[in-house]
Amino acid sequence: MPELAAEIERLTLTIEIGKMPVRVHTTDLLFLRMLQGRYAGFVSSTDEAEMEFDIDLSPPAFADPNVPVRVRQKNGWWSLERGDFLAEWEPRSRRGWIRQDANPYSIDAVLRIVHTLMLAKQGGFLLHSASAIRNGKAFLFAGVSEAGKTTISRLAPSDVTLLTDEISYVRRQPLGYVAYGTPFTGELAKLGENVCAPISALYLLAKGDSNRIDSIPATEAARSLLANLLFFAEDEELVQEIFQAALEFINRVPVSRLTFVPDARVWELIG
Amino acid sequence: MSNLYIARNPRAAARNLGGEMMIMSARNSTLFTLNRTATILWQAADGTTPLTDIVENRICREFNVEFAEALRDAETLARELAGHEIMQISEQPIAASAGVSR
Repeated sequence: MPELAAEIERLTLTIEIGKMPVRVHTTDLLFLRMLQGRYAGFVSSTDEAEMEFDIDLSPPAFADPNVPVRVRQKNGWWSLERGDFLAEWEPRSRRGWIRQDANPYSIDAVLRIVHTLMLAKQGGFLLHSASAIRNGKAFLFAGVSEAGKTTISRLAPSDVTLLTDEISYVRRQPLGYVAYGTPFTGELAKLGENVCAPISALYLLAKGDSNRIDSIPATEAARSLLANLLFFAEDEELVQEIFQAALEFINRVPVSRLTFVPDARVWELIG
Repeated sequence: MSNLYIARNPRAAARNLGGEMMIMSARNSTLFTLNRTATILWQAADGTTPLTDIVENRICREFNVEFAEALRDAETLARELAGHEIMQISEQPIAASAGVSR
């Protein structure tokens, strides 16, 4: 007599971004393979995990792609929701779950949100900026859409290692700040290298008729940095932590305005 | 003349950056940069020192302005900051509470 029930295999993948391993569990082999491809270069074999998520591949009942992201904390659990996903995560147990259909975009958004929440507790953040390493030092190029993040990434010479053309990963360390590569891409659609380096400067991008670097007042630097931070949570305590993290960064890392014309000579000013 | 008391809203995050006070409302993430007068008010807003004393001892001395005019401006400013929920204003002393200000 055939067995009436078979054990469903639980498949696991660890995605390590910014030296923070996140383990996800699924029972869908095709979805797992899709994730392995999507996060190639960021898949880790470590036994450690900062958090684990069980993925339920059934779309949320309210599925509506137009519903904006909402992140709230209640009774020790973070609740993350958008039209295409629903997720909960308990920092104390480091466990959570994600409900979405089998697409790469939903889990990508969940990972970005979860990393912002984890980084905020450590004085770090995700920033709308390209970042790259040259001569052992990391440089960040921040700006809103169309500011030139992808352009400056595309113009980078061969001795530059690209960390991301869209979302930079910034962690605070005892002696300063470190930028890590991320799989979060912009128009370049090219994953960053999974490496890191101490941050030497943050440049606020502006397009102009010449290549130059101008100093800016600290308050303008702070305003620009805060405007480019990725932050989603409706949580007063976290808002305060993000604010202090951003201003501490301004105190420690030089911030300037980088005006550039779209040609490779701008990189003569960097590094 | 009413005697007002002002206190920093503990729900606002504040930090002095290059001599300018930056404040973020934790309620809606709105960011404010205070001018010199507002910074003095913010720093002196302990909830127990009357606004008249702050104006007389801090603002009039700093800016060499006439007391009545300075008090009027300070009260307007305090009410504006209170409207943004980054400062509390009361006709009674305000109990101390811990805010995040560095």
